[in-house]
Amino acid sequence: MSVDKTAKAGSNGNGNGSVLKSRWENMPKQFRWAGMIALVIFLYLLPFKEFYLYLGIPMGDFYLPFYTARTEMAQVLFDTAVFVLLAVGLNVVVGFAGLLDLGYYGFFAIGAYTVALLTSPESRLDVTWPWLAAVPVAVIVTLIGGVILGGPTLRLRGDYLAIVTLGFAEMIRLYAARNEGILQGQRGIPSIPHPPGEVNGDAIFGVTDARPYYWLALTIIILVVFGVRNLARSRVGRAWVAIREDEDAAQIMGVPTFLYKLAAFAIGAAVGGLSGALFAGNRGFINSDSFLLENSILVLAAVVLGGAGNIGGAIVGAAITWYLPEWLRGVGSSLGLEFDPAEYRIAVFGLVLIVMMIFRPQGIIASKRRAAEFEDRRKEAVASE
Amino acid sequence: MTGLEQGAIYALVALGYTLVYGVLRLINFAHSEVFMIGTFTTMWVWGWMGIDQNTKIDSVGQMVMLIVIGLVAGAAASAVTAVTVEVVAYRPLRRRNAPPLAFLITAIGASLFLAEMIGIFTKRAPFGPPRIIEPAVAFAIGPFKVTNTQILVLLVALLMMAALDQFVNRSRMGKGIRAVAQDPDTAALMGINKNRIILLVFVLGGAMAGVAALLWNVRYGFTKFNVGFLIGLKAFSAAVLGGIGNLRGALLGGLLLGVVENYASGLFGGEWKDFTGFVLLVILLMFRPTGLLGESLGRARA
Repeated sequence: MSVDKTAKAGSNGNGNGSVLKSRWENMPKQFRWAGMIALVIFLYLLPFKEFYLYLGIPMGDFYLPFYTARTEMAQVLFDTAVFVLLAVGLNVVVGFAGLLDLGYYGFFAIGAYTVALLTSPESRLDVTWPWLAAVPVAVIVTLIGGVILGGPTLRLRGDYLAIVTLGFAEMIRLYAARNEGILQGQRGIPSIPHPPGEVNGDAIFGVTDARPYYWLALTIIILVVFGVRNLARSRVGRAWVAIREDEDAAQIMGVPTFLYKLAAFAIGAAVGGLSGALFAGNRGFINSDSFLLENSILVLAAVVLGGAGNIGGAIVGAAITWYLPEWLRGVGSSLGLEFDPAEYRIAVFGLVLIVMMIFRPQGIIASKRRAAEFEDRRKEAVASE
Repeated sequence: MTGLEQGAIYALVALGYTLVYGVLRLINFAHSEVFMIGTFTTMWVWGWMGIDQNTKIDSVGQMVMLIVIGLVAGAAASAVTAVTVEVVAYRPLRRRNAPPLAFLITAIGASLFLAEMIGIFTKRAPFGPPRIIEPAVAFAIGPFKVTNTQILVLLVALLMMAALDQFVNRSRMGKGIRAVAQDPDTAALMGINKNRIILLVFVLGGAMAGVAALLWNVRYGFTKFNVGFLIGLKAFSAAVLGGIGNLRGALLGGLLLGVVENYASGLFGGEWKDFTGFVLLVILLMFRPTGLLGESLGRARA
């Protein structure tokens, strides 16, 4: 793991965050590692009640808590973690390769349904695999799904891809909702087993305590992030950047663009499938209502908000997108406000997308390369204004 | 016949996609919401005039008046919405020469925002606009029964499309649209106000969506905050089917999609109806990515 060479180039003025960022990047490597490890430990400790109860900002005699007062903290954390995993996967497609995939939640659904079908004793497929065995199958199925969907559409321009993927996700949901056969329609598939493991005869992954799920999801996120990060810094990652910046030029320089685009699409899909599998393992029940289209777009909003092309950005964006409304729900009620932030969530994020694209297209935590790309385009001459 | 009728509505909405795409090379995701706002506006205008679901409409004169008023209101509201989206969201991006991805994301943002605001405002409840015309079989050709709403929908849709086609092909402003579609920079050099043309395109597209919204109300008598989504998807498929950026292509694509969909739902069952359009789109994109009649608003008739 070498220090990023671009770090030295830092601070060419992309917003206020860059000062902090370049300071962070100029610190010794050991120090940065220590910082990351501290952050990870903090995240692992987060679901302990004794820990998070004391996080917060005292404001006079009013105490502004950091945890979600209305909903169970560990469950919210798990959902956030699943969402973060989705964002990390989508970031590969949208951020690295620059392909706009609006049907990302479709892969999430495929992953979840694959697990459900293979494991649940109540599914129409007469097999009851353990959860752990079904997960790799789910990942492979979504990978293949990504290739099948990407094959015909990735040859076309980016806009077509957007609409086809959007249609794809909605069709999966509609099909799941209306098909009474194998997917069991609105009734869904119940009694999906939880992940395995026992301590003193009690299952680790039970129904009452969401903490083990969160830890599992967090571990998976860390593994996936490492994998994706290494990939992005390899030959594959450079090819993606080349495609994103100028597909024709990349093709001329000998990059097999179609293959790399397909790879990005399939990898993103596989990560989506993995998070779907996690989700199914936690809930134990899925039906078509678990896969609403708005979530597809929320993930995209999260990636764009955080900063497409930057893994850290995707994580932060996703955490904000999911955690903030849940947190506001609790805070709002303790402040005496009676409203449901989740109701306004999508409208607000729609607005955020517009505003972000105009004023800070590179996101909160920008990838330096991407920010530079936007700057470049801005400088190009624009006729007729 | 049901297929043609549905296809006519798809085609009207598809015109909006095609116009904007032809000029800006942008898939205007917010267009489905423009349509949705049209359905609500016609309903509200009727409601404000004291017409609700229980009102009995007897005279033909009153009926025609209501439809014309609904048409104007729907078209106006939709056009205003479309223009607002363009001015607020797209124009600043154009000034910054943003990449296409940024436009697309903005369009999605605008679509979400509009749909959700109406959703919150209407408490996400479905609404039933008043039935202006009781559907009745007007005449029959062999085994095909033709109802009066179908005649109305087809007639109005074809009329609007013919008018639009003539406008783009004959008038001075239409020439401007075609010029900008062909080559925006050269058109600007030739003294065409690009922004005004783009605005005009949004007005036209929005008005068409408004008309489609009225016809939808007359035909289905149902609306909801997310009603635009599926229509938008279908209309876009129709536009691509006929060759996006091509006005006559949108008409052909819309009608074709409507017919094929209904045929397929008869063949495989209703649950597959929405699937067909989508599968059709993917297959077509594989073999003929520019659609049936070819792309480009300007070039097709240059």
